[in-house]
Parts: sequence; structure tokens; C-alpha cells
Amino acid sequence: MGKFRFQRSQLCIPYGLFLVCFVLAPLIVIIYYAFTNGEGQFTLGNLIGFFSSPNTIGTLAYSLGIAVATTCICLTLAYPIAYILARSSMKHKSVVLMVFVMPMWINFTLRITALKEILTMIEGNLAYHPFLNTLIGMTYDFLPFMILPIYTTLLKLDGSLLEAAADLGADTVQTFLKVTLPLSVPGIISGIVMVFLPSMTNYVVLDMLYNSTYIMGSLIGAYFSAYDWHNGSMIALILLVIILVFTLFTNRYADEDAGSSRGGVLGG
Amino acid sequence: MKKVLGRAFLAFMIILLYLPIFVLAVYSFTDSANIGAIHGFSLKNYETLFTKPDLRAMIAGTLVLAIGSAFVATVLGTLGAVGVFYSGRFGNAIVGSLNQVPVVNAEVVTAFSLCILLIGVCGVDKSSFISLLIGHVVLEAPFVYLSVVPKLKQMDNSLYEAALDLGASPAMALRRVVFPQILPGVVSGFALAITLSLDDYFITSYTKPATFDTISTYVVNATRGSQTDIKTALWALSTIIFVVVVLMVMVMNMSGNKNDKNQKRAGADSEKTR
Repeated sequence: MGKFRFQRSQLCIPYGLFLVCFVLAPLIVIIYYAFTNGEGQFTLGNLIGFFSSPNTIGTLAYSLGIAVATTCICLTLAYPIAYILARSSMKHKSVVLMVFVMPMWINFTLRITALKEILTMIEGNLAYHPFLNTLIGMTYDFLPFMILPIYTTLLKLDGSLLEAAADLGADTVQTFLKVTLPLSVPGIISGIVMVFLPSMTNYVVLDMLYNSTYIMGSLIGAYFSAYDWHNGSMIALILLVIILVFTLFTNRYADEDAGSSRGGVLGG
Repeated sequence: MKKVLGRAFLAFMIILLYLPIFVLAVYSFTDSANIGAIHGFSLKNYETLFTKPDLRAMIAGTLVLAIGSAFVATVLGTLGAVGVFYSGRFGNAIVGSLNQVPVVNAEVVTAFSLCILLIGVCGVDKSSFISLLIGHVVLEAPFVYLSVVPKLKQMDNSLYEAALDLGASPAMALRRVVFPQILPGVVSGFALAITLSLDDYFITSYTKPATFDTISTYVVNATRGSQTDIKTALWALSTIIFVVVVLMVMVMNMSGNKNDKNQKRAGADSEKTR
């Protein structure tokens, strides 16, 4: 046997093993649990159970509703912010961007606590508007994640294209609709990816704002507390399928650095 | 006119974003338990925060966990990125795509599946902190990996070859030539890992020992409870964290300005021509 030779590619072995043990293996385990029952026999009962119970279907619908609404609100607020900021001639653009992104680095439970106190003062009792409060909370939590990727895409936009559009006779609205908006789609998609899934699953926001309706995340939490790993795994698997479909669909449009948009400012 | 409207909109959004944090900061300096009623000035909340043993333990635990797990994640993620960069398509495909899983996955799903594997299948004892540490590293390492990869791609590869030609061993060339070039990516990956750990709720709550709390799990428990002195002490904590974040951003901005002043100037010129 030859002497052990150091190769640069071998450096990835520890991380590769780590990923196999703690990312791949858990996925296999939940697939196994999702399709077995308490006696360890194969069953489709968990899957059929999910899609035949009005409760779980209602939960799915409610989480989709919250996720779609949150994403739309974030997009309508974030796009103008990113657009104005990216196109402005301000000297300290990066500082203003920092101001918008900074809340991301304050623990989200503390931010939601702050929001809860304000909402309580305004509404008196949070129980009157659970859906509205949840939307406000989710938007408050996730808005920076929408602003950042859109801003990055708009900043990269080639200014000469806008000039060309103007030279060819397009007015401001036409230029925006036919040039700027289509070219910012990758940023929009990255933003949607960052906001949609968390707002389907982050049940802590609902808990803290006293919204007792379940979303998909709360179902996992409830099954987990009840040691019902088989049904819990089925929910996790359904969420994974949604994520997979989402990723496949968005990969075609998404920005290359979509994944790192969480740390876009830090990495800058 | 348009410009004024635009700036007014930005200012309005900033006010909305920061209003809750500011109001809470003001009330953290009073002895009032509810927002709305103004009472006298008091440092009671800050006193509670720094004297109550479980609050102090929770803050210390959060920081130790964040720094420790970020360190492990940075070592693993950086080695992984360097190794994958020099390995063939195969390694790239496997590590690269597995790396994406925790990034796109919902945190609850990551937490739940990891917990089932570690506690249910492998029988790990939660009170040993092993599952908590692994959980946080799973959350952070992929982002370290993602922040190192671009630096590797920008790197001038001929420098490594030159080092070998000049007699350096591969290990030495990696340490003295490659590592300094990717260092900015490693540092920002480490910083990102810390912020991810500090912000995490789900992984922590699924994998932590019953007696241990981080800021997130503690705050969530406190909202369910009814102890007013703890509730208002957390206002003080949020004020302190806010001030720390502002200070750090200011320091980062200042050092960043020094580093790429020329770069920024060039950028500003190209913006003007738009």
C-alpha cells in the first residue's frame, strides 16, 4: 500500500460526512416514519389521513392563505423601497439599506414582543383580529428578507438599457413595465422564496400574538409534543414536497446568489 | 417632487419598522408594566436583567452556544468549500446539493427531522448538549459554505501553483496562499453563523436540554407566563441588543468605508453615468 498522500479535495470529507449524517439521514428517517405505523409496518394511512381530515386540510389552507397574503404585502412594500433606494442619487444609500436590514439582526422573538405591546395598546385585545395581527407580525418579521434581494438585483441593472428604452420613445411607465420589472424578476423570486415558506411554518409568531389557529408548523409542533412521530413526519414530508416543487419552479428564474441573500449585506 | 415623495415613503417605512423597538426602549426605563401609561424613570428592569440568575444564565448560554457553534460551523463549512472547490463534479454535486437542503428547508422541518434522528433513532441524550450543538451547526455551516465559495471562485489559482513550484507543500500552500485570499468570506460566514444562532428558535427548542434556555426560547416561554417583572426585564434586553446591533453596524460601516473607498468612488461614478 502506498503512502497516504494529502489531496486538497480530501478536505471536504468531514463536511461531506457531516451533511450525510445530519442532513441526508434525517430526511430518510422522516420518509420512513411517514410511511409506517406504530408497529413499523408500511402504511399510506398517514398520507390519506392528512388529506381526508377537514382539520388538517383546513390548516393547510390557512397556512397557504397566510403565506400568500404575507408574501404579497411584503412584495408591495419591499419593491418600492428597493426601487426608490436603488435608483436614488443619495450619497449614503448603503447606510439607508443597512437601516432597513438591521432589524434582521435583532432576535425575532424580541421584535415580535415589541410589536405585540404596540398592537395591544392600539387594539386593546389582540384576540379580536388574530388573522390581521398575524399578517402584521409576519410582515414585520420578514420584510428585510424581501427588500435585500430586490435591491441587489435592481442595483445591478444596466442603466444603459433604461436610456435605450427612453431613446426609443418609451415613457417612464412603459420603461418600468417592459424593462425594469422583467429584469428584476430574479430578485423578486429570491425574495418570495425567503418569505413564503417561513410564513407557512413560523408558528411562534402566531403563538406570541395569541392566534390559536394552527398553521403547518404548529401541526408538527403538536404531533412532536404528543410523540406522534409518524403523523409529524408526514407533515414534514408534505412541507418538503412543497419546498421541492417551489425550488424546482423558482430555480429557473432565481438569482445565482439567492441562497446567500440572508447574509447579503454581511458578505458584501 | 417625485424625489421628495420617494424619500418620505422611505422615512415612513423606517419609522414603522423602528417604532415598536423605540417605544419598548422608552418604556424599559420606567417601572410601568404596560405601554401607554407613563410612570417615573426607573432602572428597575436593567437591575432585574443583570441580577436575576436565570436571566443571566440564559444570556450567557445564548452567547456561548452562538460562538461555539459558529466556530465549529466555520471550520467545517470552510474546509468543505475548499475541498469541494478542488474536487471533481461528483463531490461538487453531492456536497453542493446537500448543502442547499438546510438553506431552503423550513426551520421546523430541519429541527423536527434532526430531533427524530438523534433522539428517536440514535438515542442521544438531550441533556448532553450534543444534539443542540449539532442542530446549530446544521443551521449555520451551509451559510458559511455559501459565503466562502464566491471567494474561492474569485481567487487567482496560479498563486497556489506558484507556491508549489517554489517548494511549498500542498498543506503549506493552502495555509499561506489560499487561506488569506478566502479569509473575508470565512469572517463574514462566521459573523452570519453567529447571527443565525442568536435568532434561532425552532432548532433550539427541539434539541435543547430541558433546563437550558436561549433568548428565543426564554422569550417565548415568558409570553406564555404571567410574570410582569420578567416581561419588562426583556424590554431592557431588547433595548440593549438594539444598541449593540446599531454600534456593530456603525463599526462595520466605518471599517468598510476605509477598505473600499476607491471601489465605492468608482461605483458612484458609474452610477452617475446611468
